[in-house]
Parts: sequence; structure tokens; C-alpha cells
Amino acid sequence: MRSKFISLIGGVIAVALILTGCAGNGGNGNGDNGGGATDTLVIGAVAQPPTMDAVTNDSAAIPQVLLYNVYETLVKMGSDGELQPLLAQRWEVSPDNLTYTFHLEPGATFASGKQVTSTDVKHSIERIQAGEPATNVLQTQMEVVESIDDSDPAVAVITLNRSSNAWLYNMSSTGGMIFDSESDADLATTTAGSGPYQLKQWNQGDSVVLERNDDYWATRQPFSEVTFRYFSDPNAMNNAMLSDDLDIISNLQAPQAIDQFSDESRFQIIEGTTSGEVVLAMNHENEALADVRVRQAIMHAIDRQALVDTIWNGHGTLIGSMVPPTDPWFEDLSGEYEYDPEKAKELLAEAGYADGLTLRLRLPVLPYATSGGQFVASQLGEVGITANIDELEFPARWLDEVLTKADYDMTIVSHVEPRDMVKYADPAYYWRYDNAEFRTLMEEADAGSHDEYVEKMREGARMLNEDAAANWLFLLPNLVIAREGITGLPQNATSLSFDLTNIAAR
Amino acid sequence: MALRIATRVAAFLGSVLVASILIFIVTSALPGDVAQVILGTNADPAAVEALRQRHGLDRPLPVQYLDWLFGMFVGDFGHSYLTGQSVISRISPAIGVTLSLVLGGMLFAVLFAIPMGMIAAIRRRHASGALASALSQIGLAIPAFWAGLMLVYLFAVNLGWLPANGYIRFGNDPGRWARHLVLPVLSLAIVQGSVLSRYVRSAIIEVLGEDWIRTARAIGWTKWGALIRHGLRNASLSVVTVLGLQLATLFVGAIVIESVFALPGLGSVLLAAVAQRDLMIVQGTVMLLVLAVLVINALVDLSYLALDPRLRSRR
Repeated sequence: MRSKFISLIGGVIAVALILTGCAGNGGNGNGDNGGGATDTLVIGAVAQPPTMDAVTNDSAAIPQVLLYNVYETLVKMGSDGELQPLLAQRWEVSPDNLTYTFHLEPGATFASGKQVTSTDVKHSIERIQAGEPATNVLQTQMEVVESIDDSDPAVAVITLNRSSNAWLYNMSSTGGMIFDSESDADLATTTAGSGPYQLKQWNQGDSVVLERNDDYWATRQPFSEVTFRYFSDPNAMNNAMLSDDLDIISNLQAPQAIDQFSDESRFQIIEGTTSGEVVLAMNHENEALADVRVRQAIMHAIDRQALVDTIWNGHGTLIGSMVPPTDPWFEDLSGEYEYDPEKAKELLAEAGYADGLTLRLRLPVLPYATSGGQFVASQLGEVGITANIDELEFPARWLDEVLTKADYDMTIVSHVEPRDMVKYADPAYYWRYDNAEFRTLMEEADAGSHDEYVEKMREGARMLNEDAAANWLFLLPNLVIAREGITGLPQNATSLSFDLTNIAAR
Repeated sequence: MALRIATRVAAFLGSVLVASILIFIVTSALPGDVAQVILGTNADPAAVEALRQRHGLDRPLPVQYLDWLFGMFVGDFGHSYLTGQSVISRISPAIGVTLSLVLGGMLFAVLFAIPMGMIAAIRRRHASGALASALSQIGLAIPAFWAGLMLVYLFAVNLGWLPANGYIRFGNDPGRWARHLVLPVLSLAIVQGSVLSRYVRSAIIEVLGEDWIRTARAIGWTKWGALIRHGLRNASLSVVTVLGLQLATLFVGAIVIESVFALPGLGSVLLAAVAQRDLMIVQGTVMLLVLAVLVINALVDLSYLALDPRLRSRR
């Protein structure tokens, strides 16, 4: 009897193993639990790339993995905020700022072994210009390109139809990724770049595994394999780090959890800035919010330092305009509207809202937005503004109702793209901020010399602040946790890339 | 007998059709769409509209539904709007994960529930039986995700014996595959096993009161012997019914556990696809899950025929 029972159990286990084994055996090379090994690296991240083709999707999770690591650009954004050579050894700009001559690295090759030529540059830009699959933001970025001369394979001569400072900067980001023009790979699920790593395996919903490109044209990387593992639950990511399954947490999601990593013999904490401005956006089409006095009252009504201390454990930088400290035109405007509820009440009374004002605060369900929204609503309540909160699923519902239809009065969201202040020049954007003077300033900045660019951008940031175009609550911190022995992590996140190229491990 | 099977199959097909309509209506009612999500915070309305047209999302809903339904008849459950992958190729790696979890959870739940239920039933007037009942009550009261969190905290973070989360494919490294599954499977099995042991207990108590058990005892079988020889098969009828129902709840439980343990199973595919509004993946995956549940229920019904000879002989 007993032996029969045991053989039955044995049989059930065997069947279960066979079933699951067959179903799960779809490929090879899943993420390794790096832990102590120095040959591989495992990085925890939050947002998963929805596709591998950054040209077709606006998700910042794609360049996080691929930019500089798998796909390279002609010029690269350094962690100091300055442009550096990458695929272009050097470049010259004509005196009228219209013609850019990029001298390509002679030794640069794609993972396929093919040399990187000016034809690839032409192919990559024209792929975006051709439209259909490309996102409208990249198309707009490349609209200024008039022609690309690829007659000399080693030199790409790009002519613009108007002078644009932003264009060269954009070439250091997603829009400037150079694709192998001879590859017929399905770019949505595979890659064709010239970077130090190439995509080994994409386990959708779980991880992206990169493997070292052993024939990389520049310095060979120390890791044979780098895995980005994705966690929808911040606790699960912290637990993986605490049990040595991760080497790096790319950006800590819950700053309250930072104390778990205080053991310096095991962990290091790197804190710097990102380009993610947490904006309390105000809809300028709302009758009350169209009045600058109401917007200024909202500036004075909120104690931003207390907000950062309360909701983000004191980590984060006060900014005062749409500019992170790593941009060349940064100016500390965070003290311009000191916390002063009395002044806020006065301004509201002047604007005719002495008896109170009711606004909708429609929040995306994101940690900083929902907790920040509670704080904002309670402080606005003290000056007589009733903020009615409702929460919208992010991204889909928030994008639909707030971003697309502008059906909101106030909302809170972080704008992560670098150098995104120019969006205030678009009156159709969900802020509905229509300021002709600011628009002219941005056009002049883009067209001017480098010095004029910096000067006019600074002027623009100041203009937004004076006009209280939005309430910039704080700048999200770059909080990286790494195990002891990892070096080369940048302090500040100045681009969308999680740049692996300087990271090493003991 | 043949009529029973035919009615069962007809009911099955009807359920599939109704399910497909419900799934389509619910996913279509979700606010927002994939074009907006693809273009993100930089979208302009014209680009969103162009993208919607490209994916056929501007067509009337009945057209989109029939397109999807007829596709399914030829085995095409749809394609991802984001990557162009077919639903089948998108979810086939995930099925292995969820099946590992569900079958593992079921196996350990049964291994736990049958002895526990038997002890609780036979020794119900003794301390050991009361203890078995009490343990299953505690197991019932614990949510699976909380059990998972506690197990991670103890065995992964503090003791470092097992990985905290993640998944390794069986084909890559069977040892690490098993290690990664221990904690999630246990979290599921604790709760499911407790539920099941309650049913095993009451089924066995009922069987113990039957005349034929008394007869077996009278001719010299021991209590345990009579139960194992004659009682278990009779008790198994009601237990199998519960097992079938529980398999469906295990799938649901697995979705929660996947999130706690960062496992790339069907639950995480669904959550990601809903968030991205990749509705073809949502519809296709839910449809396949519904099919799985309906097939399980049909098999449970048919298994009565195998377990109970009285049903077989009926016309």
C-alpha cells in the first residue's frame, strides 16, 4: 500500500517536472544572480521597455537600457552635462550654424562586424523622418535636417534648414541612435547597434540580458553579461538587493527604504540629481488659473521643502523653474516664492477669490504624485483653495484625460526628458500655456550662438518662474544603491541612459 | 453516456462564445488606448490618431470583435500592438512560469491537505486532531501574498538560504529553477492546502459514518486500514470537485504571488499589457485562461464518470 502511494507521488512530481520543463524551456541564458561574481552585473529597474525599438515608442525605459550601451550616437552627453565625442571623433560647425561635419571613428563597427559609415547615419535619421513608425517627438526633432551627404563613408555632412542648438543635443539622445543600415533584424525584438553590448535575450516581463560585444571597436567592457531585471513592486526590488541577487538598484523608488542599505560594508548609496522635474501643472485654460495672481498664490501656499521632507524623505532638490542643476543655464530660483500663506490669501483676494476657490486635482497613480497630491491639497486648503482629488491610472487613463484632452485643473507628474523646458512654448501641450514672448525667446535661443543659447534659455526659465507657469515642486533625486566594490556609477543622471560604459566591479 | 458528453461539449462551446464577447466588451471599455501610451507624454493628437488608424483601432467595435473572433478560429489570437509578436509567442514563456507555480502549489497543497484532513477527521476528539484543525484555520486566515512576504523576509533576506524573487527557466538550470520556486509555491500551498484540508476532513467524517466502514471494521480492518482501502476513493469525489474549483482560484492566486516574487508569468504579462493598453495581448491571454478553466471544469465533470461507476451505468 505504502509503496504504491509513494510511487504515485513520484509519478505526479515527474509529470509536473516534464510539463513545466517543456513549457519553460523556450531559450537559454536567463539573468544570473550576480551576487559576488565580478564577470556579470545584475541591475534592478522599474519600468520595462515595451519594445526594443526606441524610434517607435516614447517610453524612457528603452533608452535606459539601449542608449550608449547597445546603440551609440555621434555625440554623447557626459555626466557633467557637456557633449563628448562618441561615433564622431570630432565635428565642425559652419559659421552660419547650418552645416555640421562629423568625422566618424575609423575603427567603429556594428555588432555584425560592418563598419559604421555615413550611410548608416543617413539611414538612421531618414528612418525617423520617414515618419510612420517614428514617434512624433523624434520626427519633430529631425525636421530641421535638410540633407545628409554620405558621399564620403568616413564623413557625414548634415545640413539643417535653420540654425538649431537643440538639434545637436538631441543627436546625443534617442533620436541620434545609429542603426546598422544593412541589418534586416526585427528591431522591435532584437538590436543592431555598435555599442559595447548587444541584446542577448529579452525575457519580456522579467529581464533584458545584454552580452558583451567582444569585437567592440573601443575599450572592451569588464562584464561578459549585464542583466536589467524589472520589478513592479519596489519592495521586491529592495529584497532582491538585500539578499544579494542584485548588484545595483538603478533608482530607488521608495526613499523611505534607504535606511535598509545603511550597512556600508555591503552597500554604497549614490545620491545626485536627475532631469525629472515633479511639476504641479496648472491648466491655463481654467478661468481662475489663467490669472497670474492665482498661480502665484499657489506658489506661496505650498511649503516645498516640507513637501520633499514629508513625501520623499528629504531627498530631492528644490528648483523653482523647469531646469535641473546639470543644465548649463541653471539658476537657483527656488527661493523666489517663499512659503507665505498670508500672501497667498492676499493674492487670491486681489484676484477676486476671497471667498474661496474649488479646483480639481487629478493625479496619476504614482507614488510621488498621490502622496504629493495629499500634501498639496491640505496646504491649499489652508489658503482657501479646495482641491478635489481624484486618482487616474497611469499611464493610459492619465494620458487620455489629462494629457490628450486637458480635462483637468491641476495635476502632478514628473517630466523626465532632459531639456524639456521648451515644451512651455507649445500652446497645445496639456498645460495650455500660451505665451508669445516665451515662444519667441525659445526660437531665438535655438537659432543663436552657443552663448546666446545659454543666455536666452536662462532668461526663459526666469520668465516661467515670474509668470508662475507651473509650480515646480522638486527635482527627483538620482538614488542609486550599489553593492560594495562597484565603481564608475555617475552621480547625476543627465541623459535617459543608464550608462554602463564606466562601471567596473571588484 | 454519449448524451451527457454531448451536452457537456455544447455547454463548453457556448461558454467560450459568451466569454469572448464579455472579454471584448470589458477590454474595449478601458479608458485610454495603446496609441497614447506609445507616444507618451510627448504625443500630439494628430500623431495619436494616425497611429490608431495604423492599428485599426478606429474601426467600429463589432468589426474589431469579429476580426478577432474569426482569427481565433484559425488559431490566431492576435498580435501585440507594441512589438508585433503573436499572443501565443508572447505568452508561451509565461505559461511555463504560471504552470510551475500552479501545479507546484496544487501538488504541495494536496500533499499537505490529505494527511492533515485525515488526522483532523479521525482524531477529531483528540488533541492532535484539534491541532490539525487549528493549523488549517490559521492557514486559511493568512493571505497568500502576506505569507510570501514573510517567507521572503525570513528565508531570503535574513537567512539567505533561498533567492528573494525572480525566475530561472527549467531548461537553463533545473536546480536554480527549483530554488526560485520554493518560496512562491509554499506561499500558494499554505493557503490552498488549508482550504483543501477542511474539505478532506468533512468528507472523511462523512465516510466514517457509513455502514460499509462499520462492516469493514467488523470484519477486522483497522480504522486507518478501512479508511485507506474503502474510504478514500469515496471521499475523493467531493475533494476532486473542490480541487477543480481551487485550480481556478490558484491561477488567480498565482497572479498575486507572481507580483510579490517578480515572476514573469501570465499575471505579469496581463498587468503589463493592461497598463500599456496592448489589448490584443490582454484579450488573447484572458481568452486562453478562460479556455483553461473551462477545460478543467469539463474534465472534472468527466472525471466523476471515472470515479463513480454509478454514473457510468446510468442511461
